[in-house]
Amino acid sequence: MTETVLTNIEKRRTATAGWQGIVADWSSDQRAFKNVSWGKAMMWIFLLSDTFIFGCFLLSYMTARMSTTVPWPNPSEVFALTIAGQHIPLILIAIMTFVLISSSGTMAMAVNFGYRHDRRKTAILMLVTAAFGATFVGMQAFEWTKLIMEGVRPWENPWGAEQFGSCFFMITGFHGTHVTIGVIFLIIIARKVWRGDFETGRRGFFTSRKGNYEIVEITGLYWHFVDLVWVFIFAFFYLW
Amino acid sequence: MAEVTLHATPHATPAAHAEGHQHPIKLYLVVWGWLFVLSTCSYLVDYFNLQGYLRWSLIVLFMMLKAGLIVAVFMHMAWERLALAYAILLPPLVLLVFVGIMVFESDYTLLSRIIFFKTGA
Repeated sequence: MTETVLTNIEKRRTATAGWQGIVADWSSDQRAFKNVSWGKAMMWIFLLSDTFIFGCFLLSYMTARMSTTVPWPNPSEVFALTIAGQHIPLILIAIMTFVLISSSGTMAMAVNFGYRHDRRKTAILMLVTAAFGATFVGMQAFEWTKLIMEGVRPWENPWGAEQFGSCFFMITGFHGTHVTIGVIFLIIIARKVWRGDFETGRRGFFTSRKGNYEIVEITGLYWHFVDLVWVFIFAFFYLW
Repeated sequence: MAEVTLHATPHATPAAHAEGHQHPIKLYLVVWGWLFVLSTCSYLVDYFNLQGYLRWSLIVLFMMLKAGLIVAVFMHMAWERLALAYAILLPPLVLLVFVGIMVFESDYTLLSRIIFFKTGA
């Protein structure tokens, strides 16, 4: 009975849309984010703070690049690979981009199957996402190795402005760390999904709410954010 | 009574939630495809070595389209309440002010470097 009443109230509240809805939500009792759980709201707020961190990295890169009198190394040439005798510019970064986008695609589908309580497909898709992520990190390790062998250091490089190395290692390193943490997070949650922790309400982290697969979506938010950051790094660092 | 109320509230939330996210898989595949197309386009900008304003405007255009698709569809922002969407999407815009400040700052630094370190120490 009470539940029905409360659900109705919830529905009536969410009926307000547009600017009036924003004002109503923010000035209302108890919570501003009406149909979003605390877990999801906190992940969004964390991602917002992370946006500022990456924003500051990209900004400092912009400042370094704009204020140097020495020409900036041409990323198109620096990240070129020779495959089967063909010299292809920026090819490794392009492949990494496609790998990360594919991982986002499988993650989005995992979230969808999670809400349908299809445990098998959810877990498999999450593991595929993790595999794509691990591939990405592997390719990044290859890229770092190649550049270090060629003499790139945070304080010098053979092609131009010294700041190139510090910007590159800082930005891609921090992003790679995010991907690595995401892969670990994905594997942990996929194991819980596979084992059925969310159906039985097994004791442990994030499993207490029976039949609730929202944690898959929250993990997904983090993963898509990692992809989102790469979109900006790809545009500003590699293509600019 | 109080207990009933406590139980009722968290229940209302996931229920409303599950309803909101039953999109067909096809939607995700279409967005995935578009992200591939847009990424290919931005790669081709570099491959064909476009330069100048054309290059920058294309790069930023493809970047914004990709970011928009990821946030709106993959991260479900398109189906969230506006109260959350604005709380998350508006604050990053202040970064643009920061960009403006740093552009002035780096122009000034560059000018000083050109004037004072002309010979190259």
